[in-house]
Amino acid sequence: MAIAEETPKITYKVPKKRHPVLQFAITQPLGAAGLVFIIALFIAGIFAEYVAPYDPLELDYGAMLAPPSWDHLMGTDAFGRDVFSRIIYGARTALAVGFLSSALGSGIGAVIGVVSAYFGGRIDMAIQRFMDILLSFPIIVLALAVVAVLGKWPIGGLDINLIIAIAIPMIPKVSRVVRSAALAIREMPYVDAARAAGYGHTRIIFRHIAPNVVAPFLIMFTAFIAQAILLEASLSFLGLGVTEPTAAWGLMLSGTSQEFYQQAPWMIIFPGLAISLAVFAFNLFGDSLRDWLDPKIKI
Amino acid sequence: MLRYTINRLLLMVPTLLGVAVLVFVLLRLMPGDIVEMRYLMDGGQVSAEVLAQERARLGLDKPIWQQFGDWMGGIVVGDFGTSMWTGRPVWDEISSRFQLSFQVAIMATILATLIAVPLGTLAALFKDTWIDRIIQVFAIAGLAIPSFWLGMLLILGLLLFFNWIPPLTFTPIYVDPWHNLSQLIWPALAVGYRYSAVATRMTRSTVLEVLQEDYIRTARAKGVFERLVVSRHAMRNAMLPVVTVIGLEFAFLIGGLVVTEQVFNLNGIGKLFVETVTRADYTMVQALVMLVATFFIVVNFLVDLLYAALDPRIRYR
Repeated sequence: MAIAEETPKITYKVPKKRHPVLQFAITQPLGAAGLVFIIALFIAGIFAEYVAPYDPLELDYGAMLAPPSWDHLMGTDAFGRDVFSRIIYGARTALAVGFLSSALGSGIGAVIGVVSAYFGGRIDMAIQRFMDILLSFPIIVLALAVVAVLGKWPIGGLDINLIIAIAIPMIPKVSRVVRSAALAIREMPYVDAARAAGYGHTRIIFRHIAPNVVAPFLIMFTAFIAQAILLEASLSFLGLGVTEPTAAWGLMLSGTSQEFYQQAPWMIIFPGLAISLAVFAFNLFGDSLRDWLDPKIKI
Repeated sequence: MLRYTINRLLLMVPTLLGVAVLVFVLLRLMPGDIVEMRYLMDGGQVSAEVLAQERARLGLDKPIWQQFGDWMGGIVVGDFGTSMWTGRPVWDEISSRFQLSFQVAIMATILATLIAVPLGTLAALFKDTWIDRIIQVFAIAGLAIPSFWLGMLLILGLLLFFNWIPPLTFTPIYVDPWHNLSQLIWPALAVGYRYSAVATRMTRSTVLEVLQEDYIRTARAKGVFERLVVSRHAMRNAMLPVVTVIGLEFAFLIGGLVVTEQVFNLNGIGKLFVETVTRADYTMVQALVMLVATFFIVVNFLVDLLYAALDPRIRYR
């Protein structure tokens, strides 16, 4: 009699069906923190006119190399320009270049990867050899060469050729990862079925194979935004990327900063911090996205 | 194995040829050749005749396929030509700078390995504890911090604490080893940190994977000390992918030095590359790209061979 009363009440933990964004935030707190920072950066970049206290191009010879103060939160550079405002506007440059070049590079890379896997044989062989050639250039060397060849092509304050130069070194890497994912998909019965149904190559590639390699594509896309921001900063630092007077983080570390940073370290500390934090946030988010979507993928 | 080695060696030829064609064509597509750059840069009025003469002297008036043929013919007999800018043999210009870049690259590799292997292993052994998290954040930060910025911070720190400024001239290691090392350790550290980040993450994930293996359980079950399980059974097997990553990144280090050399005022391959690209010095750029690409492909190949040598289970066909 007593036994029945003492039977502990068993509670089952029923997994609640949560919104995917919320679920991501709970299982990947670091990635979510990265995402929050990225969103904040986006807001700062888009609404730079309202966030930045000064005009990033405004020269103020009365306040050259001024240390951080309430007037100038992060000090001023050798021309008296407000470092904080230039960093906010620099976010716009970095995100625009990062997003566009990563979209371009991973987009083209993904198409090449899927096409290469789908057709196989000689076409695959030829494409992969060409990718090998591109891969044997160090990234920055390839980007430098492309920048030098293409020159400048500014549209709306953005140098399209710089975006192309940053995108090209990504193509072979993305195409390899996507190709290996697509190779497995190609063997699926539904691809055979689609072929038997008489669909053309284009339809099979874009409707049947491409949707199944979205996970590796998205992971590569976010990872390469970080790399693109870093590469843009390096190229601008070398004087071959974004050029003065546009506000860009890499550019803020070069030129007069090289002469004066030992007297005015704030000129380089904050822009470098901005690059590092942005890349860090994208890396954190990208890593978590990988763990969440497909932990087997190695980049 | 021998067949595999020969196959790989043969495959290098078309890849390098592809690199050669690509860099050759890219350079010719560049607006403005070296002759224009040199004469028109001063703003002086130069007659078309002089320009044509100068082009003829440099062999730029020949058809493009013939220029390519001359260049390839030279490479086959080991002659890379002379720099179009300075007129000195390309090989002389490169070799002294290569020595410097190569030394920094090796030092960076050693530093990176010394940081990465212990940290990665620790992170794996203490998975999901605060030790692991700190190491992971350290590694992700290494991927995020631009090496040229880290270099500047290092210089700032050295200036602040030791009143040290990077010297303007380079001392080779055989002249004064101490001076040389104290000069190059900082750029090596700036580059090596990023490098170690990649290797730390790789070490962590492979050690974690290996620790799941049956033979680790067996070793533990038969009462082997945990220290020996880690050092003898786990580490040895986990090192393979780590060796690969370190090897592959080594080739890219030369490229990564491009920006760091600028910061530390080192006259190495990277700085030379930036200079020659902006001057449109065709012969130099071509030689540098070929050098780096060959280096990359050869290191890649050696890593694969080393892989087979370290792991008897791997058999290439």
